[in-house]
Amino acid sequence: MVLTSVLSLLALGFFCAVVLSAASRVFYVEEDPRVEAICEALPGANCGGCGYAGCEAYAIAVITDPDVSAGLCCAGGAEVTVAVSELSGKAAGGDDPEISFRRCVKDQGKVQKKFEYQGVQSCTAAGLLQDGPDACKYSCLGYGDCVKACPFDAMYIENNLVIIDPEMCVACGACINVCPNHVLEMIPRRARVQVFCSTQDKMKAVMDVCEAGCINCMKCVKKCPAKAISQVNGQIKIDQAACLAYGPDCAEVCVDACPRDILRLMCPVGISAKAQEAAEAKAAAEAAKAAETETPQPTA
Amino acid sequence: MEYFLLFISAIFVNNIVLAQYLGQCPYLGCSKEKGVSIGMGGAVIFVMVIATPLTWVIQNYVLVPLELGYLQTIMFILVIASLVQLVEMFLKKSVPPLYNALGIFLPLITTNCAVLGVAILVQRKEFDLGLSIFYSFASGLGFLLALVLLAAIRERLEVTHLPKSMQGVSAALVMAGIMSLSFMAFKGMIS
Repeated sequence: MVLTSVLSLLALGFFCAVVLSAASRVFYVEEDPRVEAICEALPGANCGGCGYAGCEAYAIAVITDPDVSAGLCCAGGAEVTVAVSELSGKAAGGDDPEISFRRCVKDQGKVQKKFEYQGVQSCTAAGLLQDGPDACKYSCLGYGDCVKACPFDAMYIENNLVIIDPEMCVACGACINVCPNHVLEMIPRRARVQVFCSTQDKMKAVMDVCEAGCINCMKCVKKCPAKAISQVNGQIKIDQAACLAYGPDCAEVCVDACPRDILRLMCPVGISAKAQEAAEAKAAAEAAKAAETETPQPTA
Repeated sequence: MEYFLLFISAIFVNNIVLAQYLGQCPYLGCSKEKGVSIGMGGAVIFVMVIATPLTWVIQNYVLVPLELGYLQTIMFILVIASLVQLVEMFLKKSVPPLYNALGIFLPLITTNCAVLGVAILVQRKEFDLGLSIFYSFASGLGFLLALVLLAAIRERLEVTHLPKSMQGVSAALVMAGIMSLSFMAFKGMIS
């Protein structure tokens, strides 16, 4: 009795083991070990910033498709680019590091509330009701849809405005499209100037609701020697590539020309003072390190 | 008619999750999103329909002749676990799209009690092979139904303001209880 049960169980177990081991040979799928290695090197946040459906999809693409660059993972930054290019045997094509930027300073402009909004606490919902509770319909609504979308905890709400932590932001772009008012924009980290307002309204309409907003007077567009500033759909747009290519020879005439002081040198606003200090310290440390090792650095 | 009654009974009256309380783990674990719950439900149907006839054959051609009925549970677990592994390998090689859709769920079902439960239930009810396969398919559909319903409710719950202590699994458990209670209304419809 005991013998039969033990033997039959053993027999079945042995049979299953034989079938499985045979199957593992018959159904063996050859997987490139590099895919797994690259998956491990990638941040694994599946943010989609590279344009692929998650990190694994990108890892497969970078191995199989010779046209796919190793530098697409904006979330991982330079370290990951180096690792991926080593693993995939591709030259690192690291682009300019970018950062998400909030084009709104409604706290400085004293933008009034049209009404007290008490609905679902989301920018999308608030923006659907009468163009949002703010008097300006191009303002940062401050309910944090972008904060929820950020896979890297790089954003937080302070005084009803979103703050982007430059140390945490990896420019994956997840926040850009969730903002119903399109206040967020991706700009190069070394951008020199930016319009701190995203309005598409004309002079009077902006003056009525905001003390700081851009009034689309076009003075900066006329002054820029690099022709890098233009008005697109009623909004001032700076072609950062053209601006950076022209270099500092213009002495930032656009900033001087701006009557509203809304076209500003990139530095403190949008970034909390503490984070700014930390970023500067980090940049200085990196510069010192780079000088020591004498590796070629991109012009900063 | 017998088949139709069995079908209705397996899905609504004796729902594997809501009336027999089997497979609670994937029921709560995989019901956060509708897409995931459909994938999981599909995988469970798939495994049940393959595992039940195999265990039926084991029961009737190995266990009964050798008078080893008391080894039913361990034998069935062994067979189902091996089968799921085998199916996983087969899918990975031969049907990659199906593997990508079900792949992550298959290992979870290896020792799922709903799969084992159905395999044992058809023995208790003394179904023949055809009826067993049919019953396992209908039970899997019942599992899918319960899972998708709960996922739909939980997706709605996500956007409501619940007290912190009630968020997540606690609310899901309450919902599961209420759903089970409401499915009790089918009791007695078919004996």
